[in-house]
Amino acid sequence: MQMTEQAAERHTLSIVVDNEAGILARIAGMFTARGYNISSLTVADITEDHAVSRITIVTYGPPAVIDQIIAQLDRLIPVHRVTDLTDLGPHVERELALVKVAGTGDHRIEALRLAEVYRARVVDSTIASFVFEVTGNPEKIDKFCELMREVGLVEVARTGIAALSRGREAA
Amino acid sequence: MTSEKSGADILVEALTDLGVEVVFGYPGGAVLPIYDAIFKQGKIRHILVRQEGGAAHAAEGYARSTGKPGVVLVTSGPGATNVVTGLADALMDSIPIVVITGQVPTQLIGTDAFQEADTVGITRHCTKHNYLVQDPARLGAIVHEAFHIATSGRPGPVVIDLPKDVQIASARYEKPTAPLQHKTYRPQTKADAAQIAEAVAMLAAAERPILYTGGGIINAGPAASEALRELQALTGAPVTSTLMGLGAYPATGDAWLGMLGMHGTYEANMAMNQADLILCLGARFDDRVTGRLDAFSPLSKKVHVDIDRSSINKNVRVDLGIVADVGSAITDMITAWKACGHRAADTAEWQSRIAGWRARKSLSFPASDHEIMPQQAVKRLYELTRHLDPVITTEVGQHQMWAAQHFGFDAPNRWLTSGGLGTMGYGLPASIGAQVAYPGRLVIGISGDASVMMNIQEMSTATQYRLPIKIFILNNQYMGMVRQWQELIYASRYSESYSEALPDFVKLAEAYGWTGMRIEQPGDLDDGIAAMLAAEGPVMVDCRVAQLANCFPMIPSGAAHTEMILHAEEVIGEASDEAKALV
Ligand SMILES: Cc1ncc(C[n+]2csc(CCOP(=O)(O)OP(=O)(O)O)c2C)c(N)n1
Ligand SMILES: [Mg+2]
Repeated sequence: MQMTEQAAERHTLSIVVDNEAGILARIAGMFTARGYNISSLTVADITEDHAVSRITIVTYGPPAVIDQIIAQLDRLIPVHRVTDLTDLGPHVERELALVKVAGTGDHRIEALRLAEVYRARVVDSTIASFVFEVTGNPEKIDKFCELMREVGLVEVARTGIAALSRGREAA
Repeated sequence: MTSEKSGADILVEALTDLGVEVVFGYPGGAVLPIYDAIFKQGKIRHILVRQEGGAAHAAEGYARSTGKPGVVLVTSGPGATNVVTGLADALMDSIPIVVITGQVPTQLIGTDAFQEADTVGITRHCTKHNYLVQDPARLGAIVHEAFHIATSGRPGPVVIDLPKDVQIASARYEKPTAPLQHKTYRPQTKADAAQIAEAVAMLAAAERPILYTGGGIINAGPAASEALRELQALTGAPVTSTLMGLGAYPATGDAWLGMLGMHGTYEANMAMNQADLILCLGARFDDRVTGRLDAFSPLSKKVHVDIDRSSINKNVRVDLGIVADVGSAITDMITAWKACGHRAADTAEWQSRIAGWRARKSLSFPASDHEIMPQQAVKRLYELTRHLDPVITTEVGQHQMWAAQHFGFDAPNRWLTSGGLGTMGYGLPASIGAQVAYPGRLVIGISGDASVMMNIQEMSTATQYRLPIKIFILNNQYMGMVRQWQELIYASRYSESYSEALPDFVKLAEAYGWTGMRIEQPGDLDDGIAAMLAAEGPVMVDCRVAQLANCFPMIPSGAAHTEMILHAEEVIGEASDEAKALV
């Protein structure tokens, strides 16, 4: 049986790791060394003693490649566990973006109106500019940035995706 | 309360507690405290190599021949970078080695200090795991953990980078009493019982089964090879092996098909192609084995037992993947087979097809009475030494493949070769490692004229420790394997593959205090081998062989098992660009 050509899928992986020096390089390096894709990567420690981190990676590839990515992650020594949230089904994905928009007059008013629609908060303002903070799933943020382009987008900073499974259990 | 000790003393004590008897190393500024600690103790033997790369391969040879981890000690910067090839080699072939590298003092890390290199950065992706030790109080535990990781699960190389200040600082160390339980690393060794039952049922139902075995069986220990033989006897299935697995099943066994893959036998590759069940035991469907993937064993169900989950479904999708220590899984299969009351199926038809493929005599080679055929040299070497149960090492090239084809191995841990990485320069130091482990055994390095030059300096190590290794060079005055590909794919344009300006190997041997010999005529082959065996101490034999002999059979890169070239006459002169792009 050969590997049949399969279509690429987007998967969100949640990787719980020991928070040791070089862990990020180990994981990111494994992706580059084996030619896997990373479309988003976030990391922060998640326990009181800062000993454990959660790395959330959004990757894409055919199912066989996703399986291989998980197996390759799983065999890195400091990895506690790898969860394929996409495989698990419903889960929550959130991203935060800071979006700087400059302009006056109608553009400024329109920017504010749109921000309200997207529940973006103003976290900095001058006479001629705003910085909005917007959170949501990545598509929402994409869309918001797209709209802001029309009304004077200057620059964007995005955090990348944080994700958790739904329900009361830890994944 | 134990008293405090220096980091260097802790290291040496922990190594001693772990049963380390030998360290292969080379000193330098960043490991002087450790060398001082070694000087002051009497339990660990230090073998001084001539270049750190030699230490890594010697440790690999030691590990592969004994099943115990090999240990290396080198200095920072160039000492560490020189072992990188050995690390990559050990990672590919799953060889347990622990490499201790000196590092500049902690406060100088990152300042481009003298002999500083980012060793953990450089070695991150060519080790199973690595450590930078920053706290002397953690050192003892890290050393024990490093050995645990190197030797358990799928074995591999581990680096411990040890800054000089940590070697000097003092801390407490106590030998751990309980077996190590790692927080996150718990390799699965015991197979799932339901999967074993399924595998056994598939095996019992198969009409054309084949056991495809690999280096994992060697890593699983001699008991795994014993179990393999029992499983074979119960099922009657024929056995083939990868380059790394030779010796797990005896070459003299009736069911032995020979090695499979690019330079494997016709019967092994045809049986893989026509099988209805492949039971893969500790092998990894590497491209040298499968040939063109979409034509690989199209008729078979495939069961894959591997201790590394990532090996399963990596290159070839299998019907049943079993994560386990292969020795333990084979034993479970034997138990399950007997419990179910299975009997070996009637495979008479399968056996007769195999007999037909065997009759092609794919390993035959043209005879010559005026020049030594390299295959003949290996054959005679085998026939004249097999009663001595030698350990054989190789370099990389045609001679390596001829050794794999024509030297028979009846037991594991006798065959040391660089499979996955294909590292020229492996064989001579690996011979040293094996001879250090077994001072009384016959260790023969089957070598090539080009490869042997890559770590030639290690001859001096053998001299220093009176290691009686025998280096048998199949001297064709070419990088023969490169020349062969150029002949087959590049219309014989021999670009840079001639071994120009080779040393006089006999004089070279003598310069190092070895015995040097030359064999030039077919009629002198047996006497020459006998003289090599009779000579005490290390011997280098310059065996002049046919310069343009090619290694067949051969499945060209990217071809199917059925597209095997058996003889030189079938050879194409120039390949397409597509074929040239394949490795
Ligand atoms: C370190 C390294 N460099 C280059 C190669 C590529 N290579 C593979 S075989 C070979 C020629 C080996 O020549 P020799 O040792 O004389 O063996 P022969 O093939 O002639 O038996 C070369 C250059 C390699 N395997 N390893
Ligand atoms: Mg040669």
